[in-house]
Amino acid sequence: MIDNSLWPLLIIASSLVPAILIFFIPENSRFLRSAVNIGGALIKLQLVVLLVLGIYAGEVYELSWQLLPGLDFRLQIDGLAVMFLLLSAFLWLLTTIYAIGYLENSPNRARFFGFFTLCVSATAGVAMAGNLFTFVVFYELLTLATWPLVVHRGTEKAIAAGRVYLRYTLIGGGALLFGTVLLHSFAGTPSFEPGGYLSAIDLPSWVLWSVFVLLMAGLGVKAALVPFHSWLPQAMVAPAPVSALLHAVAVVKAGAFGIVRVMFEVYGIEYADALGMAFVLLVLASLTIVYGSVRALYQTDIKKRLAFSTVSQVSYVALGIALAGPMGAIGGLIHIAHQGLMKITLFMTAGNFAETLGVHKINQLNGIGQRMPWTTMAFTLAALGMIGLPPMVGFLSKWYLGIGAWEVGAYWVMAVLFASSLLNAAYFLPMIYRAWFLPAPAEWPNERRLSPHCETHWMLLVPPLVTAFTVVALGLVAGFALGTLGWVQWLVEQEFVQ
Amino acid sequence: MSGWLAILVLWPLAMASLIAIWPKLTKPVALLALLGTGLLSMVVFNLPNGVWALGGWARPLGIGWRLDEISRLMLLLTGVVGMLVSLYAWWDSALPRSFWVLWLGAWGAMNALYLAADVFNIYVTLELLGLSAVALVAISLKAGALQAAMRYLLVSLLGSMLFLLGVALLYGQYGQLDILALATQMEPSFPMLFALVVMSVGLMAKTAVFPLHSWLPLAHGRAPAAVSAILSALVIKASFYLLMRLWLEVFAPIPTLALVYGVWLMGSVALLWGAWQALSSQQLKPMVAWSTVAQVGYLVIGLGLLAHPNTPTGINTPEGWQWGLLWLMMAHALAKSAMFLAAGNLQQAAGHDRISDLGEVMRVQRKTLFAFGIAGVSLAGLPVSAGFLAKWWLLELGIFHQAWWLVMVMVVASLLTAGYVFRVLNVALNKELKPVIEHAPVMIPIHAGRQWVVLILACLGVLAGLQAQWLWGG
Repeated sequence: MIDNSLWPLLIIASSLVPAILIFFIPENSRFLRSAVNIGGALIKLQLVVLLVLGIYAGEVYELSWQLLPGLDFRLQIDGLAVMFLLLSAFLWLLTTIYAIGYLENSPNRARFFGFFTLCVSATAGVAMAGNLFTFVVFYELLTLATWPLVVHRGTEKAIAAGRVYLRYTLIGGGALLFGTVLLHSFAGTPSFEPGGYLSAIDLPSWVLWSVFVLLMAGLGVKAALVPFHSWLPQAMVAPAPVSALLHAVAVVKAGAFGIVRVMFEVYGIEYADALGMAFVLLVLASLTIVYGSVRALYQTDIKKRLAFSTVSQVSYVALGIALAGPMGAIGGLIHIAHQGLMKITLFMTAGNFAETLGVHKINQLNGIGQRMPWTTMAFTLAALGMIGLPPMVGFLSKWYLGIGAWEVGAYWVMAVLFASSLLNAAYFLPMIYRAWFLPAPAEWPNERRLSPHCETHWMLLVPPLVTAFTVVALGLVAGFALGTLGWVQWLVEQEFVQ
Repeated sequence: MSGWLAILVLWPLAMASLIAIWPKLTKPVALLALLGTGLLSMVVFNLPNGVWALGGWARPLGIGWRLDEISRLMLLLTGVVGMLVSLYAWWDSALPRSFWVLWLGAWGAMNALYLAADVFNIYVTLELLGLSAVALVAISLKAGALQAAMRYLLVSLLGSMLFLLGVALLYGQYGQLDILALATQMEPSFPMLFALVVMSVGLMAKTAVFPLHSWLPLAHGRAPAAVSAILSALVIKASFYLLMRLWLEVFAPIPTLALVYGVWLMGSVALLWGAWQALSSQQLKPMVAWSTVAQVGYLVIGLGLLAHPNTPTGINTPEGWQWGLLWLMMAHALAKSAMFLAAGNLQQAAGHDRISDLGEVMRVQRKTLFAFGIAGVSLAGLPVSAGFLAKWWLLELGIFHQAWWLVMVMVVASLLTAGYVFRVLNVALNKELKPVIEHAPVMIPIHAGRQWVVLILACLGVLAGLQAQWLWGG
């Protein structure tokens, strides 16, 4: 068998090598490019599944080398990392299929798929980063790899959105780097460990707080915490597969994942709670949840509404962490996977509506369930999951978050969750109602026949159906050892045993 | 052993003379010169440390040569970057023959400068280097270039004069010129402080440290791309290397807090002013040249950080912090040479270098564009790159001295750097941008090798960011 320390490199290489190949594949060799794309995605998924089994069997995968005196470049795969890896590998495969169908005849596909694949390598790096320094490296790489995707269309509007995106993420990256170096100067940069490493060192509180503020500002930009969120709705101008990937796995999740790492494995959640940082994060996350939902309510554009919904939903992760109790932590961590599945379904179906019928606005959704029943079904399932109805996965997240809030006596957070669910219902139910129960218009805004048999091209239809199916199926079996819930319970035990 | 050193200096000079005598042989001899010098620098990199007397004349009378960790790295850097830039120039048919004579002369002078063991020999090599660099700027014989070269000449001569004055002061005080001997005898005194300041001003003028920078954007902006790359990546590093030697070795006990704050201030203003000028520049090559003015700010800030009396390190201590400055020089040399050469490719293909009208050319020359992008990433200190590690080092040292304003300036400056890099990339990706000046879409073909050279230089800057141990390990 392969040496365990090679696994992290294999994971990175399984998308980095395809990325480099794709850059050199001529624009018109469609078949070759798709083969490299899907082949890479399949290999990666296969590797990650093997890793999951390995981790479950207690294997340790790590690789590090010294970069500067006292500073290591470190990759390690733990339970948390492998969860994120599995999510990204699975969704990447589906999004790749979707993107191939979506961008079939548009220009610059070599560039698009090259950076698309590069972006997945960066996400894998974020997941596997074994210390704060390595995390920063991949976090910034992710910014650089996603920017060409955001501006891909090359219109003035896209360029402007890209500018805003860069301004937010690079400034955030600067804050993150500053915070990381600051912490490094006082405490070094040891590897992440459950329970954190700062509680063992006696640091002045101004250092702890400045580092906290800098790190949260840096991570909050990508996680779209209020007030750092405004880049996200603007980045909606990107092609649908990019929005799907950005919202579900790559960018916002990298931010949320970073918050988890910092709170759990740098500070340690109990220490952060004792210092009062958990409370600050809790307030920030609550504000974001309510604010995002309220703004979503006022959007008339489907993608914009989904974007504000992301702003709100991603903060569930931070909220769960900040509750500083085991139940809340479970709710927050499973939401990383659950929000990804639901949101990617929503974005892919929204992309299908736009691509097949030219439907972009909410009031154009009337009767769309008759024209595109499968797509609308997937949309409906994911939206109901977002609201938090059982048996969809979203219910589990909210259930555990609610219990978590009750467990630590933060009753106002339960009110926030309740309000947010009401708001979710208020902006999703009308869309579902329109789609199924209102009469369809005589003519769609811009209808295209993409397939003779199905409602749309099969490459656009299969991925959201698979994710929608997962949303339901996972909700039923989550409690098993290798389901999200079982896995996360196991992770949280490690954190709170300390 | 010292034979290798002599060959390293003499080889480019001999080849330069050959080209001067037999113009017909320019191409093959140039190839021989660039490969030979590049490979020799790699051989010398692996030689042990030592001090040698040239031709058997013992010091302090004869000419002494000295090889240590720092000079060895500078030689390697000059060799590798010099070789790649020369390859680019070899494929550039627009350069006149005199380019090779002058550039090989400058290369030999730089090698001699890094090997010189006493301050007078350094002065001689510095003067040689300065004169050939000035002539390189004037090589196109265009009016703008001649004017820029004239200004550069004045600054360069003034700088050398000030340096020579310092040499005289050193000789008057200690009766010798050998760097190692001076370093052991140096004691703080007013004449020595004066000597340090005078020599530093001279060298700073040659390095284009704010406020002595105004010649650089003209000279580097108007010279042919290969020349600009050589000047920005290598020639200013030679004078900066001397600053490093003076501050950290010869005059090590002298720098006071006031001097350190002085260079920090100069560096900070350079960073912000240079970046601002680069951001508002309408043309690509002047933009890259202004970027050099800004990046020199990082260099002098790094120098100040190391020379700070509280820094627990001299030039040869095992703490490893002194390597940061060399690393920074290397990162900048790789990134900046790639950027200038990329700008050269684009300019030659399009026939102009107005940034907003370059979109079409950049979309065709994808390798060049990609190289420009990743060189810019390194320059802005974003990961993964040599520049990122250099910025990490600067920030760490800045925090060590609790110089918060300096840390802020450095963070802001790297954001501004990203600003002007992405401004160019935006033009490449923006399909709706209307050209400012309509021109016939003639695209002059560029030799494919030139795109590859740019890409290799940029990739070296990125790969170095993953494996720094070979340098920092000491």
